[in-house]
Amino acid sequence: MDAYLTAIAIVTGIYVLLALGLNLQYGLTGLINFGHVGFFCVGAYTTAILTTKGVSMLVSFPLAALLALAAAWPLGMVSIRLREDYFAIVSLGFSEVVRLIATSERWLTNGVQGIPGIPKLFSDLPGGQAQAFAVLALLVVLNLAAIAAMWRIVHSPFGRMLEAIRDNEEAVKALGKSPAGFKIQVLLLGAALAGLAGAVYAHYIGYVSPDQFIPLVTFQVWMAIIMGGVGRISGALVGAILLMLFLEGSRFLRDVLPFVSEVAMASVRLGVVGLALILFTIYRPEGLMGSHKRP
Amino acid sequence: MSLVLTGLTKTYGGLHVVDTVGFSVADGAMVGLIGPNGAGKSTLFSLVTGFLAADAGEVSYAGRAFGTASPMQRARAGMVRSFQVPREFTHLTVRDNLIAAAPDQIGEGLIGAFFRPAAVRAQEAALIARADETIAFLRLGKVADVPAGKLSGGQKKLVELGRALMTGARMILLDEPFAGVNPVLIAELSDRIRDLNARGLGFLIIEHDLGALTRLVNTLHVMDRGRLIASGTPDAVLADPQVRDAYLGGAAA
Repeated sequence: MDAYLTAIAIVTGIYVLLALGLNLQYGLTGLINFGHVGFFCVGAYTTAILTTKGVSMLVSFPLAALLALAAAWPLGMVSIRLREDYFAIVSLGFSEVVRLIATSERWLTNGVQGIPGIPKLFSDLPGGQAQAFAVLALLVVLNLAAIAAMWRIVHSPFGRMLEAIRDNEEAVKALGKSPAGFKIQVLLLGAALAGLAGAVYAHYIGYVSPDQFIPLVTFQVWMAIIMGGVGRISGALVGAILLMLFLEGSRFLRDVLPFVSEVAMASVRLGVVGLALILFTIYRPEGLMGSHKRP
Repeated sequence: MSLVLTGLTKTYGGLHVVDTVGFSVADGAMVGLIGPNGAGKSTLFSLVTGFLAADAGEVSYAGRAFGTASPMQRARAGMVRSFQVPREFTHLTVRDNLIAAAPDQIGEGLIGAFFRPAAVRAQEAALIARADETIAFLRLGKVADVPAGKLSGGQKKLVELGRALMTGARMILLDEPFAGVNPVLIAELSDRIRDLNARGLGFLIIEHDLGALTRLVNTLHVMDRGRLIASGTPDAVLADPQVRDAYLGGAAA
């Protein structure tokens, strides 16, 4: 049971990192990024490919974030000026392109078979449980650093400009400032965070394959920030925890629904999350933590 | 002559929304632009400020031809517009609305925001002082800490004017500053515009409230169906039969 709880806490920590990045992009800036998993995927594959070839994790982790950031750059350059709904479509397409590359470029990614045998984090610690705790500690540190960075951004003139952009882009232009410039920086930062989350994920699971990076992951992160409260740092944190509660808690529905088969149960669990999302949007549209300064 | 419009033209599917319009606004001048609804006044504003691309013609300000310059580049050159429907930053306080308009902020770059906290704080303190001066000038002191979205229509117009001032602009284009504003605030707003004009700021103002506008400006341009049909002093222009015919729709005849 202990191992199970630690495992859930680790996955939650990874989702919090993803949610913090998306919260910066959507919650603070209004950027509808439906391709978050693409950057997660770039980060995971970067470190998987490098470390299985003997590169140190100390090198591969920063590179995972950097490559995710670099992947966001062309996406931002071609599409950041699109209207928000069109950007959503393009970003969704982007993450599918990333997944297709992971599927097709077998020389690099080993195709659908994926890359097994990714070195575990902290493998020199004795015992699996000690290693898991160390991973959890690393995630806590990464998340705290990310939260501190978010806090700094929110309380800086940069953050004020993001809020102005979310309120009225045309007015920002009329004052001589470029909304696109700010949005690209936000896109890159969020992507780097997702890349970092991907790196932790790859080393924790020990195996990457394209089917781990389907759009569902993006939408689970969206569910998290919607349930937690859009535009709030605490919302990303609480939302990710709520998401895990629903995803994992529904596992125990088997005890109350014994007539549902094992296979059907997977769908029921997804249905539970969907229902929770619907109930949230009806009864608490501002999310559990409340929305960010909406009068 | 500082702001110069020459032969500006914009067509939508054969319809000349703005048809070879040209005039100038000198530095520190106070110029009005009137015309019936659909005359192309707001479109002209968008062409001048770069929000729309002109099919033909040229805009220059302070001796610099803008060509295809972006709205941002034009604003940074010192020519800033307001909008017909106020576009305040609804969630930001009045003070933050003004501060956000100030150019060249160290903390608006990520490197500055993260690694130069002392410089950011010092600049921020200076900007707060400047914003509060502007707020006092605009008599917005009571609402300085209120989110701008909660203000009345007239107060929002004042905030837009305040933001334009904070950019350091020398030429301000106002699109219907008096629309939806109560008479007391119109007088107030007019006084502020007059004060600013006395300090040397130039204004080009679109307005339907002819009474308030003619008390303010010394030159009036009239547009009708995309064309410039008259220019001159307010008295002369309003006495022009062609203007009375187009603008007053014969009702005053």
